[in-house]
Amino acid sequence: MKPLVSEKLSLTKNLPCFMLQALKKEVILFVASTNLGVALRILKLHLNYQFRLLTAITGVDLLVNLYRFSLVYDLLSLTFNSRIRLKILLTEIMYVHSIISIFINANWWEREIWDLYGIYFLKHPDLRRLLTDYGFEGYPMRKDFPLYGNVELYYNEKKQQIIVEPLQLTQEFRLFTIEPLIS
Amino acid sequence: MIVTKKDLTHELKNFTINFGPQHPAAHGVLRLILELDGEIIKRADPHIGLLHRGTEKLIEYKNYFQALPYFDRLDYVSMMAQEHTYSLAIEKLAEIKIPTRAQYIRVLFLEITRILNHLLAVGCHAMDVGAMTPFLWAFEEREKLMEFYERVSGARLHAAYIRPGGVSSDIPLGLLDDILLFCTQFNIRLDEIEELLTNNRIWKERLVDIGIITAQNAVTWGFSGVMLRGSGVCWDLRKSQSYEIYNDLSFAIPVGNNGDCYSRYIIRIEEMRQSLCIIIQCLNLITSGPIKSCNYKKVAPSRKEMKISMEAVIHHFKFYSEGLIINFGETYTCTEAPKGEFGVYLIANNTDKPYRCKIKAPGFSHLQALEVMSKGHMIADIVTIIGTQDIVFGEVDR
Repeated sequence: MKPLVSEKLSLTKNLPCFMLQALKKEVILFVASTNLGVALRILKLHLNYQFRLLTAITGVDLLVNLYRFSLVYDLLSLTFNSRIRLKILLTEIMYVHSIISIFINANWWEREIWDLYGIYFLKHPDLRRLLTDYGFEGYPMRKDFPLYGNVELYYNEKKQQIIVEPLQLTQEFRLFTIEPLIS
Repeated sequence: MIVTKKDLTHELKNFTINFGPQHPAAHGVLRLILELDGEIIKRADPHIGLLHRGTEKLIEYKNYFQALPYFDRLDYVSMMAQEHTYSLAIEKLAEIKIPTRAQYIRVLFLEITRILNHLLAVGCHAMDVGAMTPFLWAFEEREKLMEFYERVSGARLHAAYIRPGGVSSDIPLGLLDDILLFCTQFNIRLDEIEELLTNNRIWKERLVDIGIITAQNAVTWGFSGVMLRGSGVCWDLRKSQSYEIYNDLSFAIPVGNNGDCYSRYIIRIEEMRQSLCIIIQCLNLITSGPIKSCNYKKVAPSRKEMKISMEAVIHHFKFYSEGLIINFGETYTCTEAPKGEFGVYLIANNTDKPYRCKIKAPGFSHLQALEVMSKGHMIADIVTIIGTQDIVFGEVDR
C-alpha cells in the first residue's frame, strides 16, 4: 500500500485543509466543514488522486471539547491503491452539507449519523432514522446517552400490546475503569 | 346522460407491499417496502435496524479483549474473518508482531471461513430461487468445517479464536490431516453443486442478466468484494493491500464481466476453489513455533508457562486486571472478508477501552444499492438480488 506521505506537500497545496496528519502510514486531512464539499470533489475528480470510492462516514463524539463532534470520511482510490481520511469538526449546533451529490452512497451513512448522533445534514433528500426503532427518542451513540437506554420495552400478554416504560434498574450500572499504573 | 371519454379513464395507483421482515427469503429481518406496477418494481425502500444491538456502543464500554467476541456476532456466517480484522487493528495500534505459525493458522482458518460463507451464500441463494438440493449438500460441508472450528476453539460458530497477538490456542493433533482429507473431497462436492446449478436452465433464467451493476456504478455505490469483482473490477485486498502471509501464497482472483447475479455466483464458486488451494498451501508451508506473540506486556502468557514462571503469573495478573492500554491513536484497518471489505475504525485514548469503534460492514453498502439493482425487475427477482448480495443482518444492523 502506497503511504501517500510523499505527496504531503501537494496535498496541502491543492486542498483547502488546515492540517495534515500521518499516523501509522494513514493520512488524515483536517478540513473546515464549509470546505468539505470542495475538498471531497477535488479528491474524487483530480487525476492525481481519484478517490472514487467512499468507504464509510464515521461520527465521533468528543464530548468535553468545544467542537463536540467530528465526522470522518474514509476514501479509497482504486487506481492508486491508497486510502485517505478526511475529518471535520463540528460544534453541537452546527449542521453539515450532505455530500450525496458527490458520493451517492453517502445516503445511508448520513442517515445513520443523523440517527445515532443527531447531526443534521443539509439538503439530504431523505433524512429518516435508519438503525433505531420507529419513534425512537434520543441519539444513542452520543457519549451522554446511557448504555442501557432510557426506556424498557416488553410485550404485555393481558393487554396484548407492547408497553414502553421508563427503565428501572435494580442496580445502577457500574463502569469499572482502572487507571494505568505506569509510573 | 352522456358518457365522455374523460369519465372512463381511471387513476391507476401503484401497489405497495411489505416484503419481510418474516419472509424466508429476506435473509433474516429485512423489511422492504416495495412499490409495484403490476409485477414490476418501481421503488424498493429497505428498512433496516430490526437487528440493531448497538454493538458499537457496547464496545465502547468493554475493554479491548471483552470487545472481541462481539465481532463473531456481527456477520454470523463468517465469524473469524471479523475477529481477525479487529485483531489486526489492535495489533497495528499496539504495535504487536505475531509469529509466523500464528499467521499460517490465521490464514488457514480465514480461508475455511470463506468457504463456510460462500457455501451458505450459494446454498441459500439456490434455495431462495427454488433449488433445495444444493442447500442441503452445502450444509453438510459446512457442518464439517464448523467441526474444525469446534476442534480448534471449542465453539462451532462464535469462535473467538483469533485474538490480538496471535491465536488463542495451538491447533490440536491430527487436525491438519483432517483438513487435508476434507480438501481432497471438497472439490468433488463443489463439482456436484455446479452440476446441478451452473448449466441448469432454470437457474440461468433466474440469474443471467438480473441485477446488473456496471463497474462504474459498483464503485460509486461503494461496493467491495464479490459484488465489485462481479462487475469486472479486479480488486481484492488480499492482493492489493496484503496482510498476514497472503503475499507469499499464490492464488488467483476470479473476476466477472457481466455484473449480473450469474457472474457473481460463478465467482463465489471459483473463490471456494481458490480458498481450497490456499488452504493446501498453508498445510504444506505451516511452520512450528509459538502461536502467540511473546511480548508479555501486550499479550497474556500461556497457562503452561504460568505453572513454572513467577514472571508469567505477574504478567498474567496485570494483563487481566489492568487490561491492554493503548496509547492515543487511531486506525482504519480492513481486510477482505468473504462478503467484501470489512473495516474497523478504532480510536484509542490511552485507556483499556476503545474510545470509538466504527464497524464498516460490506453488506451495508450493498443493501443500500438494492433499489438501483432491482428497479425495473420483476418482484421474483428481488429475491435473487438479495441472495446475490449475500446479506446477513448481523453486520448490516450492527
